[in-house]
Amino acid sequence: MSKSSIMPGFRPTIGFTLIYLGLVVLIPLSTLVFKSFQLNWDDYVHIITNKRVLSSFRVSFSTALVAAMIASFFGFIVAWVLVRYLFLGKRFFHALIDLPFALPTAVAGIVLATIFQPSGFLGKLLIDSFGIQVAFKPLGIVMALIFISIPFVVRTVEPVLLEFESAMEEAASSLGATRWQVFGKIIFPNVFPALLTGFALAFARGVGEYGSVIFIAGNIPYISEIVPLLIVTKLEQFDIEGATAIALTMLVISFVLLLLINLLQLWVRKRSGQL
Amino acid sequence: MSILLSNISKKFGTFTALDNINLEIPEGELVALLGPSGCGKTTLLRIIAGLESADQGRVLLSGQDRTDHDVSQRGIGFVFQHYALFRHMTVFENVAFGLRVKPRRERPSNEVIAKKVHALLELVQLDWLHDRYPDQLSGGQRQRIALARALAVEPSVLLLDEPFGALDASVRKDLRQWLRNLHHDLNVTSIFVTHDQEEAMEVASQVVVLNHGRIEQQGAPGDIYDNPANAFVSRFIGHTNVFDLDEQDADWLQTAGIPVAHQQGKFAHVRPHDIVIEKPTADSDAFVTLKDWQHLGSLIRIELVKNGSNGLTASVYAEMPNDQFRRLHLNRGDKVDLRIRHAHWFH
Amino acid sequence: MNAIAQPINPARLVARQQKVLQDADWVRWSLIAIAVGFIGLFICLPLGLVIFQAFSKGIAAYWSALSQADTLAAIKLTLLTALVTVPLNTVFGVAAAWAITRFEFRGKSLLTTLIDLPFSVSPVISGLIFVLLFGAQGWFGEWLSAHDVKIIFAVPGIILATLFITFPFVARQLIPLMQEMGNQEEEAALSLGASGWKTFWAVTIPNIKWALLYGVLLCNARAMGEFGAVSVVSGHIRGLTNTLPLHVEVSYNDYDVVGAFAGASILAGLAIVTLILKTVLEWRQANR
Repeated sequence: MSKSSIMPGFRPTIGFTLIYLGLVVLIPLSTLVFKSFQLNWDDYVHIITNKRVLSSFRVSFSTALVAAMIASFFGFIVAWVLVRYLFLGKRFFHALIDLPFALPTAVAGIVLATIFQPSGFLGKLLIDSFGIQVAFKPLGIVMALIFISIPFVVRTVEPVLLEFESAMEEAASSLGATRWQVFGKIIFPNVFPALLTGFALAFARGVGEYGSVIFIAGNIPYISEIVPLLIVTKLEQFDIEGATAIALTMLVISFVLLLLINLLQLWVRKRSGQL
Repeated sequence: MSILLSNISKKFGTFTALDNINLEIPEGELVALLGPSGCGKTTLLRIIAGLESADQGRVLLSGQDRTDHDVSQRGIGFVFQHYALFRHMTVFENVAFGLRVKPRRERPSNEVIAKKVHALLELVQLDWLHDRYPDQLSGGQRQRIALARALAVEPSVLLLDEPFGALDASVRKDLRQWLRNLHHDLNVTSIFVTHDQEEAMEVASQVVVLNHGRIEQQGAPGDIYDNPANAFVSRFIGHTNVFDLDEQDADWLQTAGIPVAHQQGKFAHVRPHDIVIEKPTADSDAFVTLKDWQHLGSLIRIELVKNGSNGLTASVYAEMPNDQFRRLHLNRGDKVDLRIRHAHWFH
Repeated sequence: MNAIAQPINPARLVARQQKVLQDADWVRWSLIAIAVGFIGLFICLPLGLVIFQAFSKGIAAYWSALSQADTLAAIKLTLLTALVTVPLNTVFGVAAAWAITRFEFRGKSLLTTLIDLPFSVSPVISGLIFVLLFGAQGWFGEWLSAHDVKIIFAVPGIILATLFITFPFVARQLIPLMQEMGNQEEEAALSLGASGWKTFWAVTIPNIKWALLYGVLLCNARAMGEFGAVSVVSGHIRGLTNTLPLHVEVSYNDYDVVGAFAGASILAGLAIVTLILKTVLEWRQANR
């Protein structure tokens, strides 16, 4: 309860916060849980183990994983370049990083689809020169998710690189370390927890992403159909039970994964003396 | 290893940090680079280390030109002002770092590394902390770990940037003595940067006074104190009373026992302990008043007020042993006789 | 977990420069090339394409696409949604930040976690939960249809889903800032006899205004651009329940490329304005 504080306004603000949180977030979200209780276990298992449902889970989680990994790799380089080097247009690029946050996902979706479709600017190029088809394949989903993931990685790594004490680098150099050793043994271990956070955020967002994916994915069952789309499809067929069961499963898996990543991060930080 | 700096200059934009520095440091010395903030002392230390490159000039270690050697190739040990310990490594790994990054051919085995690290940690008396992380240590402990880490690679020169700057006053006192003893045992040529003249005088065997990017004086602490080369050094090292002949102090100084010879300079600098005060005798022309005094341990600092012939008053500080002062039986407001034993003249 | 980046002072990016410990030129330039190439491919190219496609059939086609009744209705609905949700979530964000950062109470960290919850829920699920509440087969479905109130496939549903999606934005910006600020200044004002309200307006608001605007800006961008959640509850009724992002989708699926990209260009313009204002606010906040 409120400590003896001379600050006013605890009751009205906490009251409003709790009521609003309850009305807008908690009550709506709890319907998902209660609705699922109306299903019996066999029905639930039947819905979830459906082949099409299972492959949509596989598509969603594997593409999100691959996209988050690729975005982490390139995002790290982008953050590194933006923090450490001077070059023309740097501030412009810095500002552009947040575009995926600011650009509505539907716009991103149709743009990426237009670029990568077989007749599109890059889609044609990739098919003609390498025989790689991006659109209507899991690869297309990965492309869309990379776009979505960039700011998560860059924006979590950037501040840590900025705060990084350059004296640590100097110390390592003065002890005889080469540039590579300084990076591998000093800089990277200190930035790694932040990179992991960025990865986790990107992954979590990627699993649930809808708007930017559906246009480029082609939504072919068993191949490029993602879980959120399957939920929408079930809803459009008025299969509320099916939609709820899939949604709850996805929510639970996401939370468990986030929890695992948080634990992993705790472990990394502990091991590296950052706690 | 001896250090020779010749014609070192460094500019940051339009600001001249170092202006044609020439400095020779013989092997085995413990040298303080002393000066006010912004005088270029840290820049000079970083240039010796190879962390900064000079615009011109050469750095010679043991007679060999190392100007173009990278910091990792210079064989120096550097202790950073805020220690720069690797936060993600234990104390042990911090100290072992310099050995572990050696090229495979030169890298000692794990057993040798462990033995050496523990020996160093014992040297700095912190072996019991070997599995802690830097964030779990106190300032003084971090300082000593940073030193052990720098010593692990057996540097021929040890460089320390404001080694006591970030520490509490009490810890600082202990560490100063400790560093002096350690240097005595290891006999590694060492340079440390400080803005604290007391620290420089207490720890160093040689003091280099810097100001505005130039060397003002170099010498043993006693020499510099007793024979300051110029007005800046005289003011910067210890306390000093400054008398300006233009403000008609000449007569006064003459009465106080210092013959005024104009060719020697315009300002007389007098150390407080070179001022002697006595009870006035009947025929003396006592024109100083005792205003107040403070106890500085065994010494006492006395504030005297002098009435100048132009009607202005000025404070003069004198220092004398406690018991000597007590024997004079003086009270605040008493007139006293004043005698100056020695003065330095500067332009 | 914090899904919104905290503002970074752009000036700090430029200030950092080391002479001696710099990477070799070839390393530096290859990394810059990789980074610029990556940003160019994934960010600049899409942005350029929106503009290109929108005007691919000429200005006239662009204007006629934009001036269709359905497009105008979609723009209106988008503005209405933002107009309702942004103020509500702003008031909530300030209240929540005040309660959380100015008082100690049990369950505080749980509350902070719950506020972030909508960030980790898929947009589609965010829409679905409102269907479960207010849809024909939902908890209140029968009662609503008996009283002839429409929420799902109507404007209220769109607003509710958007409220849920944009719920944490303002609070997330304010909580860390107000935590860091501490309440000494407010205590000083109170001890000098200022009332609670006076203190809030004269001391708190001036200190948090840039972060508050930053949060409002991001909240607004998301409110106007949300697609997944809104798509589930809207029913895609042209001219009635299509927001601008939904209008873009419908046009695209009908092979009306110019129409789709005309709508998209407006949203992309919104995104660019958001980015510019965001950069301005970052400067402001840094020079506070």
